[in-house]
Amino acid sequence: MSGTTDTTDNAGTAAHPDSAVTGAGTSTAIADSTTRPGLSTDIPVPRPGSVPAPATEYAASAGRQLRWLTVRHLRAMLRQPAYLAITIVQAVVWLPLFGSLFRRVVDVPGFGGGSYFDFLTPGVVVMSALFSAGWSGMRVIVDIDRGVMDRMLTSPVRKSALISSALVYQAVVTTIQSIIIMLLGWAVGTHYRNGLVGPAVLLSAASLVAVTVAAFSHALALIVRKEDALIAAVNFAILPLTFMSSAIMARNLMPGWMQVIARVNPVDWAVSAAREAGSTDPDWLTVSIYLCCLTALATMAGMLATRAFDAYRRSL
Amino acid sequence: MTSDLAPAQAAQPSGSSTATPAPPADRVEPTIQASDLVKTYRGGVRALDGLSFSVAPGTVFGLLGPNGAGKSTTVKILTTLSRPDSGTATVAGLDILAHPGQVRQAIGVVTQRSGIDLEATGRENIALAAHLHGLSRAGMATRVTDLLQRFELTQAADRPARTYSGGMLRKLDVAVGLVHRPSVLFLDEPTTGLDPHARAQMWDEIGSLAADGLTILLTTHYLEEADRLASKVAIIDDGRILVEGSPDELKSELRGDAVHLELAAVADTALADRVTTALNEVPGVSETTVDGREVHSRVADGASSLPAVFAALDRVDVTVIAATIARPSLDDVYLRHVGHRFVATGEAGPRADNAAPRADDAAPRADDAGEKGTRGKGVQAQKKEVA
Repeated sequence: MSGTTDTTDNAGTAAHPDSAVTGAGTSTAIADSTTRPGLSTDIPVPRPGSVPAPATEYAASAGRQLRWLTVRHLRAMLRQPAYLAITIVQAVVWLPLFGSLFRRVVDVPGFGGGSYFDFLTPGVVVMSALFSAGWSGMRVIVDIDRGVMDRMLTSPVRKSALISSALVYQAVVTTIQSIIIMLLGWAVGTHYRNGLVGPAVLLSAASLVAVTVAAFSHALALIVRKEDALIAAVNFAILPLTFMSSAIMARNLMPGWMQVIARVNPVDWAVSAAREAGSTDPDWLTVSIYLCCLTALATMAGMLATRAFDAYRRSL
Repeated sequence: MTSDLAPAQAAQPSGSSTATPAPPADRVEPTIQASDLVKTYRGGVRALDGLSFSVAPGTVFGLLGPNGAGKSTTVKILTTLSRPDSGTATVAGLDILAHPGQVRQAIGVVTQRSGIDLEATGRENIALAAHLHGLSRAGMATRVTDLLQRFELTQAADRPARTYSGGMLRKLDVAVGLVHRPSVLFLDEPTTGLDPHARAQMWDEIGSLAADGLTILLTTHYLEEADRLASKVAIIDDGRILVEGSPDELKSELRGDAVHLELAAVADTALADRVTTALNEVPGVSETTVDGREVHSRVADGASSLPAVFAALDRVDVTVIAATIARPSLDDVYLRHVGHRFVATGEAGPRADNAAPRADDAAPRADDAGEKGTRGKGVQAQKKEVA
């Protein structure tokens, strides 16, 4: 290595005992985190054996951490497009499948008539968002198993940035997936009313469901830390969430007890908001209330997932 | 020159980084100070049982012990990953419990389980760490390039890390851990699972980091590794420090040479007693232990005692098929303090270079049949490197 040491600045050099202070110099060190000058690379930079406490708990801004952690997820997705492709294929199969299977339910008295594809497309978009978000915790387990998680948690990284990056990623995946399903719906005859507002509400609602579910999935992954436990929990949760909503069946045709559950099911909120926004005479107040509820829930789930890091740490 | 240091440190003499000698250990505040760390896991396993030690600035401290001794738990606590049940610790002058965020900025961590994103390239792995640590964008690209160069990863820099060999991944791990110029580096079993060549390379890297004045806490279950790299070693077992000192200090506690005999037959209790009694009657022989076919003793002067040792065993009808004399090694220190051979826990070839001056290298460890192949290569690689 001696051949290259003159061109590399070795991390940490001679120990300067005099600077072995505890916590001193915090006020003067503020500049360190914000205006770190260029790292000289051709001249070795002396570094004390013990640095004064930096004033800030995090060396980089929240935005920068969030951006690059998100880039990491997106890059992995682009390099392994098979995963995204599978979730899209699944969704693409559902639309014609359910569409053909339940085509006649629009004739059931009380359903309200109309085109079943108009009814079903928002349902399949939200269902697909739900499914791919449910499995997102698997990436956390991979990171834990590979040691990436421990590396992150011994770096000055905000837990909120770790979680938010995964949720932003999930929202991006959901948006891509939803747009493909909506285009397919359009091809088989789904009508989108109210210009771009209807589809925009559907995209937002689906993304909010995805973020909420992904946050729960991450929290669970951090707590159980085992793939099989996560798979069992996700399987247990996702199907009831789908079928106890108006994703496939009109709410007023459900049994009474199920209607009550559907009322508090975020999947139903998302589907209902999207259908309302896509109806001929939308009630925008209802749409807003649903979206607000979904946003509040997503925020709460995100905070819970952030707290789950503490549970993970405690178990180490 | 440009410096990445805070204004507070601007007054420090700049320039020659290696000229400042490390100060005497007892005069300065230690870079790492652990006091009475206790950690109990669910199920009542007491991983740390009042662990205390300190590491002087600019030194390499080796935490040595078998698997499950508490080494990784210690690293997890000192790197703020885990919290102790009780006890305190400071790293780089910062309390790990009160200022975990600041500690994380001062340390570099290379854990046993790697920590590399295999989907990302080597360059992206280092760059992500640089972003997360808030390195200035101006210097970042050069810093990343230099680290890739230093760890000989330039060729592979833009390949996904999943295509890397074990040795390359480990180097990338260290590069990622150094990107923000930490003042303390934690290396948790950095050479476990590496082939002998990669291990030798990693030793060179660690040695050169130490020469740069970085404070390093190294955990290992390879005695040879600790002996070679660490200026101070603590032997840890069952969550406690058994003994602490420089490798030379520890070895000099042991008087005389070690004699290792291999018997023709596995010793049962009766035979073991016979051997022990016979050997203890030989003048200058002490601390005899019998372990299967292996007999270990200490003698005042190995070469001149050997005939008497053979004669004594011959009188009690014990056949010796091989004998080795070695200067004390950390292995012997370990034996003395823990009471069983270190090699039982792993594949270390502990005496390979300690024993070289006098021991018969041709038969390093006949009993370790399974490891023989790699061991032979390991010894060779080390020899080449020493020469």
